[in-house]
Amino acid sequence: MSGHSTYEPTTGFEKWLDVRLPIVRLVYDSFIVFPTPANLNYWWTFGGILTVCLAIQIVTGVVLAMHYVANADMAFQSVEHIMRNVNYGWLIRYVHANGASMFFLAVYIHMFRGLYYGSYKEPREVLWILGVLIFLLMVATAFLGYVLPWGQMSFWAATVITNLFGAIPYVGEAIRELLWGGFSVDNPTLNRFFSLHYLLPFVIAGVVVLHIWALHVPGNNNPLGIDVKGPQDTVPFHPYYTMKDAFGIVVFLILMSYFVFFNPTILGHTDNYIEANPLVTPDHIVPEWYFLPFYAILRAIPDKLMGVIAMFASIAILFIVPWLDTSKVRSTTFRPLYKIFFWVFVADCILLGYLGAMPAEGAYVIWARLATAYYFAHFLVILPVLGLIETPRKLPESISKPVLSSSGPSPAPAE
Amino acid sequence: MADAISDETNRRDFLYVATAGVAGVGVAFAAWPVIDQMNPSADVRALATIEVDISQIAVGQSLTVKWQGKPVFIRRRTQEEIEVAEAVPLSDLPDPQADADRTENPEWLVMLGICTHLGCVPLGEQGDFNGWFCPCHGSHYDTSGRIRKGPAPKNLEIPPYEFLSDSLILIG
Repeated sequence: MSGHSTYEPTTGFEKWLDVRLPIVRLVYDSFIVFPTPANLNYWWTFGGILTVCLAIQIVTGVVLAMHYVANADMAFQSVEHIMRNVNYGWLIRYVHANGASMFFLAVYIHMFRGLYYGSYKEPREVLWILGVLIFLLMVATAFLGYVLPWGQMSFWAATVITNLFGAIPYVGEAIRELLWGGFSVDNPTLNRFFSLHYLLPFVIAGVVVLHIWALHVPGNNNPLGIDVKGPQDTVPFHPYYTMKDAFGIVVFLILMSYFVFFNPTILGHTDNYIEANPLVTPDHIVPEWYFLPFYAILRAIPDKLMGVIAMFASIAILFIVPWLDTSKVRSTTFRPLYKIFFWVFVADCILLGYLGAMPAEGAYVIWARLATAYYFAHFLVILPVLGLIETPRKLPESISKPVLSSSGPSPAPAE
Repeated sequence: MADAISDETNRRDFLYVATAGVAGVGVAFAAWPVIDQMNPSADVRALATIEVDISQIAVGQSLTVKWQGKPVFIRRRTQEEIEVAEAVPLSDLPDPQADADRTENPEWLVMLGICTHLGCVPLGEQGDFNGWFCPCHGSHYDTSGRIRKGPAPKNLEIPPYEFLSDSLILIG
């Protein structure tokens, strides 16, 4: 999508189509000859992995919807029906349920990769913002989908999350009833959640198209974080990165297969195999693992409204990261101080995840408050200040140079 | 076409603004049914009241009934619980309310079993104040269902109810 097209239609049909709908040209320019930095490492395969994740979720989801019944009296049974009676229903459902976990695992790696290599920095701000938007849509979709089996965890997750909106002053109550379609989470809630759960993945697919478009305008960032200087710095996307992505995807699918075939329920919660009961809350309710850090932030704040604000702010703050980071150097490889803080931040997120799984009492609450404070300090204090005081290491002149000159300085290759 | 190149506001600008304005109002009216369909439907709104027989509840026992899809706690309190609840100074309460204002009859406490934090069902005769304790995020309520400690902002809500007789109450 950048630069001029080198596509030459060969067959008569391609020539005929090219002047009517140049779709083959679009694919050829975007995914065949697209100039891609020659130094991308395996952390860059997660874009392709995430595309596969979305495709798996949509295909298995459409199939599950053929057998699922979105009715409060029948939903739980229909899921058991899928597991026991529908041909390969167990497989399709386990792929879909574990696929959600794998999707989040991949997206978190993808996001941390973006943070490490400064992929959000100029000129890729819009690309990053679209990515955060996709993440937000994924969060909503995963939550809506988790409610559908209508187990105890489904029901109480729906209750707790919809009650978050009740914290909004004045209109909170009205918004809650609007979301519920009643005076509590009940059949109307389940129905609309199913409708929206089916809709949002296609919205995600739409934003993914924009995300890839925004990627192809400036082109890929790379592990050195420096701009591509010319053709000697790039290789065509195919076959170099189609193959590298394919290998990453296969390895990722092997991991997913472990969960699907050998440990399909380890990532879920056993209480969700108890049918929803509006009169009894499970003793210890926890969200799925991928929401635990945000849940910890919610519980860390002793005030209801502030807790809700903090939780949403923890995602919203990602939107403005391109403007919070004052360093012009993209890759953390060349930022000795930030490298330390980056890994402390990763540890802080994991700590928040652990605390989100623990009961909200005693020392856990204190730790959750400290970890929450650090989470926001990372973005609001460390990112802006570090860019001003840190002395980055010397950047290489080009991507190809350290490859072509294995030892010591050498004259730049002729253009 | 002299108007087209002048910077002054002219009849055509007025027509653009008027058209856009009317279209905007039209879209807003058309959008309302699509939004309002999500609000509680007529049959849901109709399930307004229930009658509960409380003759079988002994002192110190509780009953949970479902009203509008929500749990309602009916507790026949012990004398000690009533005295403790009445003795609490209002200044100790995050959401000050006298025990007498929360009951029709001090022996019977009728309230929604929904934590005012995020809507979980609290557990009875537990917590630091021997009232209710919400396991989700650690809110403690006293023997009058008033919030004492934890993230919940308000006391457990009292639904509209009345005693039809000594053994029958109408909720809603």
